[in-house]
Amino acid sequence: MTAASKQPSGAASYVSRPSAINNVAARKHLIALLALLPALVIFCAFWLLPFSRLIVMGAEADRSSGISAYLSILTHRQYLISLVTTVGISLVVSITAVAIAGTVGFFLARQRFFGKAVLAAILTFPLAFPGVVVGFLVIMLGGRQGALAQTSLWLFGERWMFAYSLAGLFIGYLYFSIPRVITTVMAACDNLDQSLEEAARSLGANTWQVTKDVIVPGIAPALLSTGAICFATSMGAFGTAFTLGTRLSILPLNIYGEFTNYANFAMAAALSVVLGVITWMALSLARRLAGGNLGASA
Amino acid sequence: MRSSVSITLNHCSRTFAGGNTALQPLDLHVNAGETLVLLGPSGCGKTTTLRIISGLESPDNGGQVLFGERDVTALPIEKRDVGMVFQNYALFPNMSVADNIAYGLKIQRLPRAEIAHRLDEVMRMVDLKGFGERRIDALSGGQKQRVALARAIAVLPKVLLFDEPLAALDAKLRDRLRIEIGQLLRELGTTAVYVTHDQDEAMALGDRIAVMQAGRIAQLGTPQEIYHQPANAFVADFIGAVNCLEVIGMQADGGLIVHGGELVATHLQGVSTVYCRPEDIQVVPLSQADIKGKVVQSIFLGQSQRLLVDTGGASPLQIEAPCRQRWPNGTHIGLNLPSSVLFHPEKTNTTDTTKELANG
Repeated sequence: MTAASKQPSGAASYVSRPSAINNVAARKHLIALLALLPALVIFCAFWLLPFSRLIVMGAEADRSSGISAYLSILTHRQYLISLVTTVGISLVVSITAVAIAGTVGFFLARQRFFGKAVLAAILTFPLAFPGVVVGFLVIMLGGRQGALAQTSLWLFGERWMFAYSLAGLFIGYLYFSIPRVITTVMAACDNLDQSLEEAARSLGANTWQVTKDVIVPGIAPALLSTGAICFATSMGAFGTAFTLGTRLSILPLNIYGEFTNYANFAMAAALSVVLGVITWMALSLARRLAGGNLGASA
Repeated sequence: MRSSVSITLNHCSRTFAGGNTALQPLDLHVNAGETLVLLGPSGCGKTTTLRIISGLESPDNGGQVLFGERDVTALPIEKRDVGMVFQNYALFPNMSVADNIAYGLKIQRLPRAEIAHRLDEVMRMVDLKGFGERRIDALSGGQKQRVALARAIAVLPKVLLFDEPLAALDAKLRDRLRIEIGQLLRELGTTAVYVTHDQDEAMALGDRIAVMQAGRIAQLGTPQEIYHQPANAFVADFIGAVNCLEVIGMQADGGLIVHGGELVATHLQGVSTVYCRPEDIQVVPLSQADIKGKVVQSIFLGQSQRLLVDTGGASPLQIEAPCRQRWPNGTHIGLNLPSSVLFHPEKTNTTDTTKELANG
């Protein structure tokens, strides 16, 4: 035994102090690794493996054209149109939702009136519905037997419909986007510093100028982030689109069609990856602007 | 610079939803070019008074706000031509320093050259030259409040309103900015109303001070009047420290017997208490003393020291003494309280007094 050793008897007494400390550290690392193992297993099994498989599959030859499916998206009109349509309608929906719900949310945050809590609850109610039900509601409004068709038939003798087109999709997406924006904007308005508005007014600014120079810049991060979430949600929304009709050329329906109807797995995989990347970019933008935990649901 | 305007409040009260009375009916006149300080503890109604003057709040029915001869009661703040400085600066975070200061000028649609000229002038006045392109979040607290000040004076307001502008700053900076604001107000000659709970600020800046308590003005006067002739015990206590000596008897020659000795105060016959400021009491040899006591504590303040002297009364007397001499605890010392430094507010019961003052 060395003089320096004050270890208890047994194997440990032969090691010098520094390496004993190293041993403790190594054991701690091992425990941490073991604790991390379930998370790693789940990550690999349910995320990393299928996703890398998806990415690789997307690079395989597309069944109809014989070239890599990623390339076919760019070279085939049909896929390109679907991509542009999906991004386009998602953008328009996001901007419209932010404009409408931003105004309503600001009004609700600032005004006090009887029944305000009930109104706010009703306005955020659509969040409770899945996409299928939203699609159903749009059909009730603008479908073949919808309220608009009945009214126009009675008035003009013809059925007016919009449910089975992009307009129907637009209404449906707007329907579930607005509640998200309203809640976010109300929270952002509560956090606005009222003395900024008072300062602007003291300098002679009218309501419009206060809104333009103080309120909108103040809630701009919230508007941008909530808009990005609307965009991500609209990009991936499947239930509503599926209910309204499979003839619509948008990405989620394309993926479903390639996969189930044509067994064109490479194309389905490539479209999924593209959809995922675009949505992820929008969400990471939102996260950077808002600094919170956000996720999209379809 | 624009000629200044007087401010008159007629019977302005303010009751909040729920029946909370923030302000009892108040009459107040601020002379043109004068700086009036509203001083009081939190919840005394000083900020409400300022907000009524600014137009951010309206007085209850029957109240009237006049700027000069003009009735502005119905005008919102944006039509009143006031410059306002807030405690939290309230600078627009999305604009640069220059854009903040020029905001009111742009609202007025002044020609670009005029805006540039005015901007230059006020930035020089508040010592911010060269800071124009800075972002607001790159400024220190003191610089932010200078920007806010510049923004408020740039529009040449009829009235300048300050809502505890220095409360968020540290002591040293507060002293410096206080001096600068004072110089600026004198230079501009604009009528100003300044809300604070800090008596030093009030003394340094106010041409007159309105000490407020529980929604009423407890006393309105020059700093000297407020300090030396406080209207009641609340004012006396709120402005600086004050000693309250109980009169426990009277000599045949009119001398007032207090704990520890006897005082001569012919102008205070028949009172039950006598007041005096710590700095007005002199430490003297025991043989020449009016009253005697025992030092129970000495607090070193740097430029002076505060002695607490037990004379047998309910609470020890506070005395401001030179800092270099030492009086260990337990030392018997003699105190001199000349007749001229003794005073007595009309009454000692604060609530009763304020009611009477508000009515009268």
